[in-house]
Amino acid sequence: MTVDVKAPEQGKTHPVPARTGAGHERNPGMALTPEMFESHAVNRSAAERRTATLAARRSVKKAYQAAWLVNALRCIDLTTLAGDDTAARVRRLCAKARNPLAPHIKEGLGLGDMSLTTGAACVYPTMVGHAVRALDGSGIPVASVATGFPAGLMPLNLRLEEIRYAVAEGADEIDIVITREHVLTANWQALYDEICAMREACGPAHLKAILATGDLQTLRNTYAASMVAMQAGADFIKTSTGKESVNATLPVSLVMIRALRDYGAVTGHRIGFKPAGGMKSAKEAITWQILMKEELGREWLNPDLFRFGASSMLGDIERQLEHHVTGRYASSSRHAIA
Amino acid sequence: MTTITDILSSMDYGPSPEDSSIAGDWLDRHSAGFGHFINGAFTKPGKTFTVNNPATGKALAKVTQGTAADVNAAVAAARKAQPKWAALSGHERARYLYALARHIQQHSRFLAVLESLDNGKPIRESRDIDIPLVARHLYHHAGWAELIADEFPGAEPVGVCGQVIPWNFPLLMLAWKIAPALAAGNTVVLKPAEYTPLTALAFTEIAAECGLPKGVLNIVTGDGETGSAITGHEGIDKVAFTGSTEVGRIIRRQTAGSGKSLTLELGGKSPFVVFADADLDAAVEGVVDAIWFNQGQVCCAGARILVAEAVAERFETLLTARMATLRVGDPLDKSTDIGAIVHPVQLDRIRDLVGQGVAQGAVLHQGQAPDGCFYPPTLATGVEPASVLATEEIFGPVVTLTPFRTPVDALSLANNTRYGLAASVWSENVNLCLDIASKIKAGVIWINCTNVFDAGAGFGGYRESGFGREGGREGMSAYLTRSAPRAKKPETAPPAPDATPYARGQTQGIDRTAKLYIGGKQARPDSGYSYTVQGARGPVGLTGLGNRKDIRNAVEAAHKAAGWGKATGHNRAQILYYIAENLSARGPEFEERLRSFGAGKNAAAEEVETAIRRCFWYAAQADKFDGAVHQTKSAHVTLAMKEPLGVIGIACPLAFPLLGFVSTVLPAIAMGNSVVAVPSQTHPLAATDFYQVLETSDIPGGVVNIVTGPRDDLTKTLAQHDEVAAMWYFGTSDGGRMVETESAGNLKQTWVEDGAARDWMSAEGQGRVFLEHATQVKNIWVPYGE
Repeated sequence: MTVDVKAPEQGKTHPVPARTGAGHERNPGMALTPEMFESHAVNRSAAERRTATLAARRSVKKAYQAAWLVNALRCIDLTTLAGDDTAARVRRLCAKARNPLAPHIKEGLGLGDMSLTTGAACVYPTMVGHAVRALDGSGIPVASVATGFPAGLMPLNLRLEEIRYAVAEGADEIDIVITREHVLTANWQALYDEICAMREACGPAHLKAILATGDLQTLRNTYAASMVAMQAGADFIKTSTGKESVNATLPVSLVMIRALRDYGAVTGHRIGFKPAGGMKSAKEAITWQILMKEELGREWLNPDLFRFGASSMLGDIERQLEHHVTGRYASSSRHAIA
Repeated sequence: MTTITDILSSMDYGPSPEDSSIAGDWLDRHSAGFGHFINGAFTKPGKTFTVNNPATGKALAKVTQGTAADVNAAVAAARKAQPKWAALSGHERARYLYALARHIQQHSRFLAVLESLDNGKPIRESRDIDIPLVARHLYHHAGWAELIADEFPGAEPVGVCGQVIPWNFPLLMLAWKIAPALAAGNTVVLKPAEYTPLTALAFTEIAAECGLPKGVLNIVTGDGETGSAITGHEGIDKVAFTGSTEVGRIIRRQTAGSGKSLTLELGGKSPFVVFADADLDAAVEGVVDAIWFNQGQVCCAGARILVAEAVAERFETLLTARMATLRVGDPLDKSTDIGAIVHPVQLDRIRDLVGQGVAQGAVLHQGQAPDGCFYPPTLATGVEPASVLATEEIFGPVVTLTPFRTPVDALSLANNTRYGLAASVWSENVNLCLDIASKIKAGVIWINCTNVFDAGAGFGGYRESGFGREGGREGMSAYLTRSAPRAKKPETAPPAPDATPYARGQTQGIDRTAKLYIGGKQARPDSGYSYTVQGARGPVGLTGLGNRKDIRNAVEAAHKAAGWGKATGHNRAQILYYIAENLSARGPEFEERLRSFGAGKNAAAEEVETAIRRCFWYAAQADKFDGAVHQTKSAHVTLAMKEPLGVIGIACPLAFPLLGFVSTVLPAIAMGNSVVAVPSQTHPLAATDFYQVLETSDIPGGVVNIVTGPRDDLTKTLAQHDEVAAMWYFGTSDGGRMVETESAGNLKQTWVEDGAARDWMSAEGQGRVFLEHATQVKNIWVPYGE
């Protein structure tokens, strides 16, 4: 297809990622306010019904589909969180984060002049330094998990120290894990205090609170934990570590984004959302974006308010985009791996 | 040219049109016009009318206006094919229905596109809802065909079915009608709606593809006149109609006295009740699925939101925000939520009703809609119960919102309607949900969901939403008949009661006064007249000459006795046993009474003994005639609860003065109804003696009311009474016609039989058929999962 090439307008309606802090206003939090969540009803059957038909109610085709996939790519936190991570592995990941699409695909989409990167690179604290160096000058933020990821069952002082370490290494964003026990025992004060302390330890780095919803199980717990995290000052709420048996699902995401909508309605603060784990296909990338647009609106399709915690999804998106450009179905062996 | 960069900025969905070329090719092939499908082939097109695409106004096809001659030919073909079709084994018919289901799936996109072109509904709905439900219905009934001999032993098909269906779910309504009909061994003459006949015509080609024998399915197209020719045709054994209450009423009158069996699925104005502890976002999404589904052109649409005042403001905020994201437009665009209104006539109707509502004070909140035959999603607030927007079925995307204070308040608003098709209840409190579900008068109750359908559950209404069920076992039995008893010599009209003194002789013994029995009390007739009851050898006593006012009082008393329906089956059984006990104690007295009417000694003794046994049988059934839990969707409990109808009017046969009364009244009260009975006009004294048995048996006042007098006059008042839910009439054929005609007012259920047909002394005098007539099924859908 013919596509007019047009330079993107930086920082306007679709900001390209710049080191976190440029786009997204921080959430100062508020006092713990249980009445905002304690009696809040969440009906699972209804949530499942809503999300089951989402992808059938909205459709994006052709250039629109390509654009939506490109947008998804800009929202990916390209991640490696494995025991065998090394400096070289992290450099390779960062190289992909800088150039998520093969040049011919990017050209073919008419995006040759656009600065197109993933939303962030996400690594373990000891890998932050490698990532910061590898991404130097790209504007791509480095996110680090911390606080005894993934279970979070370390003494609080050590978890806070881990945050400070990662920030000192240069992390722009900290993906913390919450203590699930506090949710399961409805100890909201303890949960609130802990996240407040983490928020303080983050300093300038943005705090993304991983709720590990697979462990929380019920959607009511999910809503309550989301609300406590936001009241404690989380800038983003995130579904999962990717290590629970159930990770990001649409019903969980629906409940979390309705919680952030409700928090915003009371406080005026805009909170970001990050589903993580389990999402692999380009089709899922579209579905989650439909969810964001339908429930929250256009603004939540920007990387300052929306991220995918997914890595293999990028490969499928790249293949779909190549198909869009060439009309031929693509093979991943022809694309650079992360 | 929109660039990817532009789209990245807007993040619009962009156009996503469904390709309609294959359906277009099919329409081109039929551009000469469609005839009817009769006896396995299309007739030559006759006088045709144009069918338009409502979204564009462009013509799609020319379709023949069915004439009386066309209907004759179709009925003749169906009649001819019926014996052979019925003679096939259930398994053989199952194979045909299975093939139809399969072929529907194989042609699913073609049918979905054609449906959206013809009706204007969004492709998302025709593709994901209508057509899959069509296939599901056919599969389900392939199952019933297979099992018919096992599950309905002794049942026979009704014969030739005349079916008239609406335009809101054209192919789905066809499937709902023909699947049970064909599974049972009936043949069909069906008329699709004038606005939307195309998928029915396409279906005939699929039927041919499946090798369905000729004459089994006949489709005649046309308008209401054609429909009337079908429903009034003397060669039709059963009429099934889905459509407006107004037309349902006309059909009820038209078929009265014809002996045709009739099921009506009519209008609704269903409540959508949101309690303060509901998941409000879920309920908002429920409203979308309720009233903004199929452009609101849904008979069971939740059209009246009743919301707890404590959360009403929040709910309205959420709802208006959601309304703003609805996309109204091209039905063939995959991102369209609300398509075109079916026809400009319907659009005018919606506009007119909304205009009236606004004039009455309603405030509108509306989304956007393009020009043309479209109407925006609309929320009307400030609508009082008397407003036209609260009472009339709009059949458009218009919903009202009314706050309530308490559950009792919610219930009275919910039930403040002529209709009773469906309701939706939202709360996280299961006690509250089930309490409200049990008290709303409607055939389908959705808890924390709405517009959920499955072939395995019955669908159909209470009150003026019609009678009969579609889907499930109930739906299947509506297309079957158990050979009804026939009278060797039909009952003839009894002589008019003579209310002048009988001057030719005196009765024996101490004078006894038979009164009416109303509200648990003996009551003098309003008229102040009595009439003479003749025995074998002259008069045997006097009885009150009841009139309209006595019926009015009796119905009022019966209505007040509604608590009886909430008693446990065990409680009711105890009272029926107690009646048996007291009847037995006074057996000789009743025998004497029957002998005075002319019964022989043995016959009188047997009639009393049978009456006692009958008390035991219905006492036994009182806690056993259960509902069911249907297999529908995963993580749903679908409860089919049998509920009493309310007040049943019963006109007893002339013969068997005791047993005719007992055999009809007992099943009604065993199931929790209250009754107004008109006993044998000629020999009412056994029934009036019986009230003394009732009085000593602890039966609550008003459960059984007895009004003696001219049967057909009293019956007419009962049949016309809007508070009476059903009328059973065992009498003359003229009387039966009168009952069916007069019951059209509130579309009460009727059971009409020749009074001389049934041998009340035999097994014919009792059975499940009585209990089925005494109950209606309420399906309650309860999704679960935490």
